[in-house]
Amino acid sequence: MARISNGLYEIRWHGRGGQGAVTGAQILAEAAFLEGLWCQAFPYFGAERRGAPVTAYTRISKKPILVHSAIYSPDLVIVLDPSIMSIVDVTKGLKENGTLLVNSREIPKIERDDIRVFIVDATSISLELDLLVAGIPVVNTPMTGAAAKVLPLVGLESVLEAVHNKFIDSLGPEKTKLNVEAAKRAYDRVREV
Amino acid sequence: MLGKVKKLGKKTLVITGNYAVAYAAKSARVEVVAAYPITPQTSIVEKIAEFVETGLMNAKYIRVESEHSAMAACVGASAAGARAFTATSSQGLAYMHEMLHWAARARLPIVMAVVNRAMATPWNIWSDHQDSMSQRDTGWIQFYASNNQEAYDTVIQAYRLCEDEDIYLPAFICLDAFILSHTSMPVTIHDEEDVDKFLPKYEARHWKLDVDNPVTNGNIVTPDHYYEMSWSMDESMRYVKKKFPEICEEYKELFGQWHGVFTKGYKIDDAEYVIIAPGTLFEESCVAVDMLRENNVPIGALKLRVYRPFPSEDIISVARKCKMLITLDRALSYGFNGPIFNDVRSAIYGETGTPVFGYAVGLGGRDVTFNDISSIVRDATLKLEKGLHSSFVYYGLKVGEK
Repeated sequence: MARISNGLYEIRWHGRGGQGAVTGAQILAEAAFLEGLWCQAFPYFGAERRGAPVTAYTRISKKPILVHSAIYSPDLVIVLDPSIMSIVDVTKGLKENGTLLVNSREIPKIERDDIRVFIVDATSISLELDLLVAGIPVVNTPMTGAAAKVLPLVGLESVLEAVHNKFIDSLGPEKTKLNVEAAKRAYDRVREV
Repeated sequence: MLGKVKKLGKKTLVITGNYAVAYAAKSARVEVVAAYPITPQTSIVEKIAEFVETGLMNAKYIRVESEHSAMAACVGASAAGARAFTATSSQGLAYMHEMLHWAARARLPIVMAVVNRAMATPWNIWSDHQDSMSQRDTGWIQFYASNNQEAYDTVIQAYRLCEDEDIYLPAFICLDAFILSHTSMPVTIHDEEDVDKFLPKYEARHWKLDVDNPVTNGNIVTPDHYYEMSWSMDESMRYVKKKFPEICEEYKELFGQWHGVFTKGYKIDDAEYVIIAPGTLFEESCVAVDMLRENNVPIGALKLRVYRPFPSEDIISVARKCKMLITLDRALSYGFNGPIFNDVRSAIYGETGTPVFGYAVGLGGRDVTFNDISSIVRDATLKLEKGLHSSFVYYGLKVGEK
């Protein structure tokens, strides 16, 4: 799997407002922390609206993170909603040999041939588990599980623990369990295309 | 418990700068919180409301109708002997302006988080130091945090400092909007019982609103006395310089955290050029320093952790050892450069002739990357080689300068 270059591994999340890109970014940061790494998670510093394309970021490092500027050349891009790929250039700045991970049933059309592409049908996983918020399938937690497959230094166990920690107080044990299960299933089903 | 040493009750959480500040208010056993929401500060007072509502924090939570009232409520609470806290940003801070003078002149040790946000108009919610820098002369001590851990620790250290009986002044803990306020990172939080050892219950020893011992404060004072009261505030500011180093040492001893005192150097011992910057601009500068040093540029960075009182002594000592200072300002003093640039030049005047090159950066939240800072260093180096002594530049301006 990919190595941490310059001691820093950077992730950009694309989704729509309400899909939990920021929460996903925070779960991966916490998972990295549980692995003994340093981390940052932050939203794109803009006004967010439900349904509009949003961006969030995660930084992971073996050393304390002093960088506070935005992420311009991520190592990994995670797309929560494939429909935004027609309006947002999700691979913009993605490093050569970087990784694109998309919630998709089908192989997405990608212009670049210098990156690795992984897909997982996170929406179907949430529908199977009846993991819905306001009637909409939850896609951020399964995508954190899928990310465990492609992330350096951050394993599935830490991601599952971070998912658990994120939801146990606010959602209670049953819903939390569903989120953990969704992350696990996505980890098992993610595949390179 | 005989013979048993209680382990430090601490835990590390991955939380935003705003939550770090809220946890600090809890750890410091703040007794009164006056709250009025404003982006990007709001999640501080929301989290504190949750602590109070769920019984995790024993404080009086006062919802007020404006920031002016928030500070007025803090003044009343602090004058009655309570440890008071509030938080604000931008226009909210500007709206408090009158009360800021009142709090400082009444010598009340209120601590306030200022999530630095640009001033309107036009509306802009992003990071910019114009709000706190333009309150420079209100008599408040000003700290700038460069990460969430520092924001947490500084709130606790600030109460200890402000409540010192030779100081009794209020303080801002400034943190950059979004860059810290909404960014999650690991923060080690301490139990109240452990913080108690460092920060005992506040005792108002100078004056207090107390029905059993009535006193008057804020009455009319003639020119015979007012002058000395202003001098005394400045004396207390000077005393901060004596007291704060001990407080930071003791904090380090107890909790293992060290953020420097008034400044903190990064690779400055052999540096010929030194970047002086507050808050997150300092940490971003450290990344630039590492990059530039790979190309043998002899550079270091100095964190301006405290802006008032201004750490002139630290700046002079660094200036004496290096060939050039570079300042980064995220605010302007319209008509006269940037505040940090001006203060640095003023501090070294007559002490050393070290050239100072100032740069305005990141106004209204414009991103400042380590690459930007490297370009700034190259620009300043060229100026130094040309024999220039001082200049102030708007870095990355998208229109032609006049």
